[in-house]
Amino acid sequence: MAEEREGLDLDEGRGRGPRRDQAGAATYILLLFLLSGMILPLLWTLLTSFKYNVDVTLGWIPERWTLDNYVGVVEAFSFLRYYLNSLLIACVVMAVQVATSVMAAYAFARLEFRGRDLVFVGYLATMMIPSDVLMIPQFVLMKKIPEWLNLTFGTDAFSGFVYFRQHYVGRIVGLDSFFALIAPGCFSAYGTFMLRQFLLGISHEIEEAAYIDGCSPWGVFRYVILPLSKPALAALAIFTFLGRWRAFLWPLIMTDSDSMMVLSVGLAKLSDLYTNNYGLICAGTVLMLIPMIAVFVLCQRWFISGIQLGSVKG
Amino acid sequence: MKRQGWAAVGFLTPNLIGFLIFTLGPVLVAAGLSFYRYQLASGLAPDFTGLANFVELVGFDQIDGEWKARDPYFWQYLGNTLFLMLNIPFSMAGALVLAVLLNKEMRGRIVFRTFFFIPHLCHGVAIFMVWKMVFTFEPNVGVINGMLWGFYKFIGLSADQAAGLLPGWLIDKNWAKPAFIIMFVWASAGGFNMILYLAGLQNIPPELYEAAEIDGAGWWARLRYVTVPQLAPTTFFIFVTSVIGGLQGGFEAAYIMTGGGPEGSTTTMSYYIYTQAYDRLEIGYAATISMVLFGLIFPLTMINWRYGGKRLEAA
Repeated sequence: MAEEREGLDLDEGRGRGPRRDQAGAATYILLLFLLSGMILPLLWTLLTSFKYNVDVTLGWIPERWTLDNYVGVVEAFSFLRYYLNSLLIACVVMAVQVATSVMAAYAFARLEFRGRDLVFVGYLATMMIPSDVLMIPQFVLMKKIPEWLNLTFGTDAFSGFVYFRQHYVGRIVGLDSFFALIAPGCFSAYGTFMLRQFLLGISHEIEEAAYIDGCSPWGVFRYVILPLSKPALAALAIFTFLGRWRAFLWPLIMTDSDSMMVLSVGLAKLSDLYTNNYGLICAGTVLMLIPMIAVFVLCQRWFISGIQLGSVKG
Repeated sequence: MKRQGWAAVGFLTPNLIGFLIFTLGPVLVAAGLSFYRYQLASGLAPDFTGLANFVELVGFDQIDGEWKARDPYFWQYLGNTLFLMLNIPFSMAGALVLAVLLNKEMRGRIVFRTFFFIPHLCHGVAIFMVWKMVFTFEPNVGVINGMLWGFYKFIGLSADQAAGLLPGWLIDKNWAKPAFIIMFVWASAGGFNMILYLAGLQNIPPELYEAAEIDGAGWWARLRYVTVPQLAPTTFFIFVTSVIGGLQGGFEAAYIMTGGGPEGSTTTMSYYIYTQAYDRLEIGYAATISMVLFGLIFPLTMINWRYGGKRLEAA
């Protein structure tokens, strides 16, 4: 029984079997007690989201169940728009960041070129810089970029608005644009570092065989490295998706208009406007949490092996 | 080698361009901006003022023989940030306990691990909104005060007495920080730290436990003399990264739950940067605060890279 489960558990050490005590009843009771403490606030939120607001004070289990809060949250706001914005941003950033990171990681881990170690140390060094430091110049950049581009090219095209079938989809660049919400997330020193760690662990033999067969560096990357690094790519993809889905400060300072808001910012606005409508707030919260929990539960194995990969600094 | 050089350029370019524009460029600009008075709202060009921002931020004046901080808010918010980091030892202890319990042979290990991880996973705006409601003062809404109310009733207090004993979690400046600490412990005990501890436990050689057992060591002695010392590299790594995170943290929680109040008691350094940079558009001053924050974090990162990662890897 134990062996079967070990197979599913990618995070367990390979090779030497770990030693484990058999869990007794006391362990189970203690774990269940701790678990209930962890889950209680979330359970309360879930239950409250199905209550009429007048019933919120009447105990935990709703006496009358209703979906009104979910209907309300979707109708009262551009909630679907927030959802779509968040989903679009998270997916695009995820795809582009994984692509740029794995390419750079391949160059750092597997190719020989002059200045490689120097550039990589530069990447590493910036990983220790707090995001607060980076965000201030990025904010100024986004605020000024339409102006600068207009001056450079002698037009005023860069301060225009973009429409998609009569829906406002933000400016072209700068504040309140998808460019501002997406572009800075597409390049990650952390992602590059994490994938490099993984690629360093891949054996050189297959790669050398491919070179002897006449493969170019691109061919080796495409047919040897990429297929072998799927688990690490999946881990980075999940991290990036979740990170963007929950991102708050950057979208908060980058958006002016309601239609460009992302879910986290929209939700904060909702809780400001309807402080005492607990049912509504809970429904919004549940809708935000569902994709995160779903992604985590479905992709746990890669997620957990990724944590360990990212925490070992070479 | 020549061929690889050109290939490397191709592979590296997309990432390098983004890296230069969004990371390396901003770092240099931020360092520069901290020496300028730059008020974005005024429309004036940045004005070089040397170290004036730094003096304004951390400087003291002697007034009537007493030393007064130029910017008392900075010191208050730095104090808040450090105080809120009291969650770290509790979170770490919680993570260790959970990891030790989960490291046993049992049915449903993965289910438990998944559920314990969910608070950390969901950490963010949604969770802060949940806890804002959980900490609501009125016991018929707030979960925690509801439980306290039930307990007070159970031990026979009158309604007046019970109401007087309820903590004003997010509305009383003395209770707001403990409320945040409770929430942070809840959110991080089962997270990354627990996973790292679990991995660390897997790497302890079983012979050590066998030897300890032969020597007649009980459950506690094995934990005390085998598990904890063997996990020291993991503990070190978790502690330093938590401190680094703690110094930068607290903005989102305070923004959602208290707006930094009551009386500034939950405003952290990162919240102060937010206010200065994006509310008041005092870009130069905000850059200065961020550089001071960086200065506090830098030695910790160095220590972690020098000792933390290597030791974790060796373990």
